Amino acid sequence: MIAEIGHFSLSLALTLALAQATLPLYGAAKNDARLMAFAHAAATGQLLFVAIAFAALTAAFVTSDFSVSLVAQHSHSAKPLMYKIAGVWGNHEGSMLLWVLILALFGAAVPAFGRNLPETLSARVLAVQGMLGVGFLAFILFTSNPFLRLDPAPLNGNGLNPLLQDPGLATHPPFLYLGYVGFSMAFSFAVAALIEGKVDPAWARWVRPWTLAAWAFLTLGIMLGSAWAYYELGWGGWWFWDPVENASLMPWLAGTALIHSAIVVEKRDALKHWTILLAILTFTLSLIGTFLVRSGVISSVHSFASDPTRGVFILALLVATTGGALTLYAIRAPQMKLGNLFTAVSREGGLILNNILLVAITAVIFLGTFYPLFLQITTGTQISVGPPFYNFFFVPLSIVLMIAMTVGPFLSWKRGDLGQALWRLKIAAVAAIGVGVATAVVGTGSLAVLAFAAAAWLFVGSLAVIAGRVGNDWTKAWARISGLPRATWGMVVAHIGVAVTAAGIAAVVSWTEETVALLKPGETAKVGHYEVRLLTVEDVKGPNYTSKLGRFAVVAGGAQIDELVAERRNYPNPGSDTTEAGLRVRPLDVLYVTIGQSHPGGAWTVRMYHHPLVFWIWGGSVIMVLGGALSLSDRRLRVGAPRRAATMQAAE
Amino acid sequence: MSRWLALVPVLILATLALYFAIGLRTDTRTIKSILIDKPLPAFDLPAFPDDGKRITPETLKGRVTLLNIFASWCITCRVEHPVLLKLAMEKRAEIIGLAWKDKPDELKQWLEELGNPYATIADDRIGRTAIDLGVTGAPETYVIDKKGRIRYKHVGAIDDYTWTNILEPLVKQLEAET
Amino acid sequence: MIRLALLLLALTLSCSLARAVEPDEVLADPALETRARALTQELRCVVCQNQSIDDSDAPLARDMRVLVRERIKAGDTDDEVRAFVVARYGKFVLLSPPVEGDTFILWLAPFAITGLGALAAWAYLRGLARQPATAAALTPTEEDAVQRKLDEAP
Repeated sequence: MIAEIGHFSLSLALTLALAQATLPLYGAAKNDARLMAFAHAAATGQLLFVAIAFAALTAAFVTSDFSVSLVAQHSHSAKPLMYKIAGVWGNHEGSMLLWVLILALFGAAVPAFGRNLPETLSARVLAVQGMLGVGFLAFILFTSNPFLRLDPAPLNGNGLNPLLQDPGLATHPPFLYLGYVGFSMAFSFAVAALIEGKVDPAWARWVRPWTLAAWAFLTLGIMLGSAWAYYELGWGGWWFWDPVENASLMPWLAGTALIHSAIVVEKRDALKHWTILLAILTFTLSLIGTFLVRSGVISSVHSFASDPTRGVFILALLVATTGGALTLYAIRAPQMKLGNLFTAVSREGGLILNNILLVAITAVIFLGTFYPLFLQITTGTQISVGPPFYNFFFVPLSIVLMIAMTVGPFLSWKRGDLGQALWRLKIAAVAAIGVGVATAVVGTGSLAVLAFAAAAWLFVGSLAVIAGRVGNDWTKAWARISGLPRATWGMVVAHIGVAVTAAGIAAVVSWTEETVALLKPGETAKVGHYEVRLLTVEDVKGPNYTSKLGRFAVVAGGAQIDELVAERRNYPNPGSDTTEAGLRVRPLDVLYVTIGQSHPGGAWTVRMYHHPLVFWIWGGSVIMVLGGALSLSDRRLRVGAPRRAATMQAAE
Repeated sequence: MSRWLALVPVLILATLALYFAIGLRTDTRTIKSILIDKPLPAFDLPAFPDDGKRITPETLKGRVTLLNIFASWCITCRVEHPVLLKLAMEKRAEIIGLAWKDKPDELKQWLEELGNPYATIADDRIGRTAIDLGVTGAPETYVIDKKGRIRYKHVGAIDDYTWTNILEPLVKQLEAET
Repeated sequence: MIRLALLLLALTLSCSLARAVEPDEVLADPALETRARALTQELRCVVCQNQSIDDSDAPLARDMRVLVRERIKAGDTDDEVRAFVVARYGKFVLLSPPVEGDTFILWLAPFAITGLGALAAWAYLRGLARQPATAAALTPTEEDAVQRKLDEAP
């Protein structure tokens, strides 16, 4: 019964989305207040119906209702409750439902937070969101219905892939989707602006918080996925340049560019063409990511089981969505103004450089991901593009980006003075040279030395933004610091996060040590400055798995300083193995121990890694998210706060 | 902003969409052999069961054969097995087996239990010949022409569909060659 | 039946991401072992998707790792080892595609796109400068005032 309620509720949501996609648009054109107001009710109603459907599917998973085909395929009665719930989105159908739920959530947030939006704009934004809702609800109902029944119902389910039975991976998809789908708001605002034919600073102020929120969620989602891979896959890898990871990184990079270009629209009423295109591109990359993961067009280690009809459907959605938006752009573009004058060396110029670099990195990843497919179609030749290609371009471009993004905030709008900006960065320069020399002395590759120096430059240079605002008069320091806009703090904090992540990456790439040893209980092996002794290996039975559990003593200077536990688990439903690494996490390094196969004579394969600063990679990401949150809390950016008339005056 | 320049994004999208659409129907998973139309790589393997005979590319010359890579540990081979048996029994193809990294007793038991469709079995116990052939997994089947050249490679189990639609026409065509 | 076959195929191909080098594979000479690790990290496993043979615990990947180490011990240069594997599996196994005919676009496009971006920015700045002025120009003092206001903002 509950599955039927879910199915019915989803159908109602589709009907409502159809109305939301059309009536408000007509209302806005005819200036009919009632039809425009309907958009708000429809958006709220859509959220309600999709939430009911989602709750119904969750209930089916929690109660282990194996008469629902999806539950039988992906759940098991012996699974802990948390993973029964996470199992809802641990599969294609359920994760699409989560996708639509988040789409509806963002749609309903427009009337909730955007009360000050002009009526026509909010009606049009919601109409575009409605169209996206129609597309994805139809996709679920016609190709990926999660509520299909199974008759007769099996006694138990197939179980969830044990790799997914982990807190990190349970929370990774919701944040990822909050990011992907959140960018639909930027898209809807862009299309609404094209329909209205009006892209102005006020528009940028409205669109920026949504983009910023989506960006922060996506950052967190990617970070969780990377951290999960690190401790779960058993060899300390945290990024693989796999197509599915690239699918999440591309919208992140484009979204990062969008946050910055929207500033130029907001402050200077320039760069409007580009910002509109970037908003469309960012969401398009989210859609392409979905296409890539769910169509099987590119094989990846961790994509969903794929189905060509789904691929065709998503491709059609992609063509309709992006094609529609770009056609609208082609019609409107000739009438759009270029904007206010500025010179190359200026804050605007810096932000343009930021955009060129971010888009170049996005293009590298896009090419690397899809070039093998394009080549095979064109010439039949099969090639692979792997980490060496990505690193070749990604690392230098990122270093240039870090150098540039440190200088940008010191340039004035309209016309900047590069010499003066660099002079204000003298302490950062000293720090960069110091760190560069120090890392070179320790013994690091030349590119890594540059990366460390650039990270130091960015870190100190970002602090200098605050120092510069405080000035030399210490009596007024506190007043000045507390008077700084939150958005400035957000920028500084987020940039510091980038520096921290970059330093972490450079350190791990340069200084990782690895030891693979055959150990019997009582024997010791060395990695980094640690000595690790295998104490015992036990057989352990968990709730839904059996496990070989190895206990290790960490020895330093002859004394045991820590004990680590590493497991190799076997899950019978479905049969597969996972590795649970033993970690000693310290701010400056991580000792990583896994237990492998057993060998005759009671020996075990033991893999150990010493990863300096690896925690900084994710710590930096969290700092970036904090920066985004700080910026979002800025009163001037609060969703819907600015009124168009008022901001027009402020901007001119 | 020129009207034509504004159309560029739409055109890029159209090109991409076209590629994606073709991509949906393109098999990127199967790694194509680069040895097609090339002679079999050199190998010299004992027969199974070992009767002292050696199996080399020469063994496969003079007629059209199917060189089937299989193993008793391979689950999909079990699915393919009845199809091969039928082909051998009806004398529609000569199938040479290449037992890939198999253990003699397990292989023997497998053949006794399921039947033996192979005219000859080459025992590649260390798996080097399989790598020389560019094997990516079991089962795989190479169509070898009369001159001992590899003319086609099928990855995965042969079923009735692949036999009647792909392999049989090819075998007939190759048999007509001199 | 086809479905079953596909399912079984999927099962035989199932492999997990795991650093897979076992202690018995490691070469005694650390210099050779370092070369072997570097090489195996840029050779793609043909069983599992998107993994190097160094990352894959598939038996075939292990065989290839052993093979690479044998070639190195036999005195092959890195290029000869690569050529050896490519002769059997094609360029597909190279995770870093060689710069040649059909990969020129791949390797050049990032430069082209960066250049194109710079060109577009230059054209945009020129376009801005050529625009007819919409309002009377500000006096220098006004300009300074605006500048200061703007600089206070982030």
